[in-house]
Amino acid sequence: MTSTTPIVEGTYVYDIVQSKRGRPLNRLCLSLKESANRDQFVDDENAYCDRFGLDDDLKKAVLERDWVQMLDLGGSIFYIIKLAAIDKKSMQDLGGIFTGMTTEDFIAELRAGGRSFD
Amino acid sequence: MTEIIWGLGTSHVPSIGAAMDNEKAQDEYWKPLFDGYAPAREWMAENTPDVAVIIYNDHANALGLEMIPTFAIGTDDHFNVADEGYGPRKVPNVRGHAEMSEHILVQLVNDGFDMTVCQELDVDHGLTVPLSVYCPEPGEQWPCQVIPILVNVLQYPQPTAQRCLALGEALGRAIRSFPGDLKVAVFGTGGMSHQLSGARAGLINEKFDREFLRDIKENPERLAALTREDYIREAGSEGLEMIMWLIMRGAIGDDIERVHETYHVPASNTAAALTLFAPVTAS
Repeated sequence: MTSTTPIVEGTYVYDIVQSKRGRPLNRLCLSLKESANRDQFVDDENAYCDRFGLDDDLKKAVLERDWVQMLDLGGSIFYIIKLAAIDKKSMQDLGGIFTGMTTEDFIAELRAGGRSFD
Repeated sequence: MTEIIWGLGTSHVPSIGAAMDNEKAQDEYWKPLFDGYAPAREWMAENTPDVAVIIYNDHANALGLEMIPTFAIGTDDHFNVADEGYGPRKVPNVRGHAEMSEHILVQLVNDGFDMTVCQELDVDHGLTVPLSVYCPEPGEQWPCQVIPILVNVLQYPQPTAQRCLALGEALGRAIRSFPGDLKVAVFGTGGMSHQLSGARAGLINEKFDREFLRDIKENPERLAALTREDYIREAGSEGLEMIMWLIMRGAIGDDIERVHETYHVPASNTAAALTLFAPVTAS
C-alpha cells in the first residue's frame, strides 16, 4: 500500500497499488459481463486466464476459486462478484467465506443486526 | 427560477431493486423496508420533480479501472440501463436533460470543481435503484429526466467528505441559476454501514448510522470533518459511500425540514436507510 492509504484491520482499503496488482484478474472479471465471454470462460477457464495475462498466482486463485486469495492479490470485490455469479454464488455466500461461516450463519448474523466491531 | 423541491438520501443496494423486479417486496424479509418507504413515496408522488440530479457511484459496469474520475457528470440526453452480468434491469432507460447538465457542468467548473464529462454512460443499480425507491412502478417511462453525477468511492483516494459537502453547495447554486422554472430533486445515494469483503464482512454499525441520519440534517459540518479512515473504520469499506449524501445535503441547503426517515437492517449485506428533506419555504 502507499503510505497514505488508511490501514483498517480486517478491511481491504482498495488503492492504486492493489488495483495495479490485480488488474489482469479484474479485467477478466469485467469481461464476464458479456454472456458470450461467460460461455468461453466456462468452456476453458485455463485458456481464458491466459488470454487476460493472469500470472500463476492469480490463475491458481481463479481456478481454485480461492476468493480470499483473489482479494489479497488485488481483486476488487465489485469485479470478483462477476466471477462468483458464474458459480451462482451471492455476496452473502462470499461473506460467509470471508468470515469462515456458512452462508446461513452469515445471513442469520445480518438479520440479527449485523456484525459489530466496537 | 429553478428550485430544488426535495432532497432524498437513500441506499442503492442492488437487492432492493431485485426485490421489486421479482415482486418480493411484500415478502417477510423485505416488507419492513418497503413499509418504511411508503410515507416518503406518497409524499414524493405528490411533489414530482421535472429533473432528478442523482449522485451515485458506478460499480464496475460503465467505468472500468483504466480511468477513475473523482467527480463526473453525465451530459447526454439518454442513458441506457447497464447490463451488470445478469441482463439489464427490466426498468425504463433513463432520459437526461442535456441542457441543464451542460449548465451545471459549466457552473461547477467555473466554481472550481473540475468535473469529468461522461458524454456516453450506461447507468447501473447505483442510479436505477434510487429511482425505483422514488417511483416503484414507472410504467413505460420514468416520471422525470435525470442528470447523473458520479463519485469515486471504490478506490482510494476517494474525495474527502468535506469536498463532497462543498461540491453539493456549488451544485445547489448551479441548479438554482438554471433559467426557467423547473422543479428539481437531488438524490444522495449509497450506504448505510456495510462491508462486503475481508474479515469484517457483514459489519453493521447502527450507532454510527443513527448519528449520521441525525447530523445529515442537524450538523453536516461534523460529518464533513470525518476522515475517509473514520468512515471506513466506523461504517465499513463500502459504508464510505455515505459521503455522497453530503453532496445532496449541500445542494438543498440549511433551511430544510425532514419529511420522513426510515432505517432498516438488513438489506442483504447492508444497513439501509431513507431520509427525505424539503425546503421549509416550500408549500
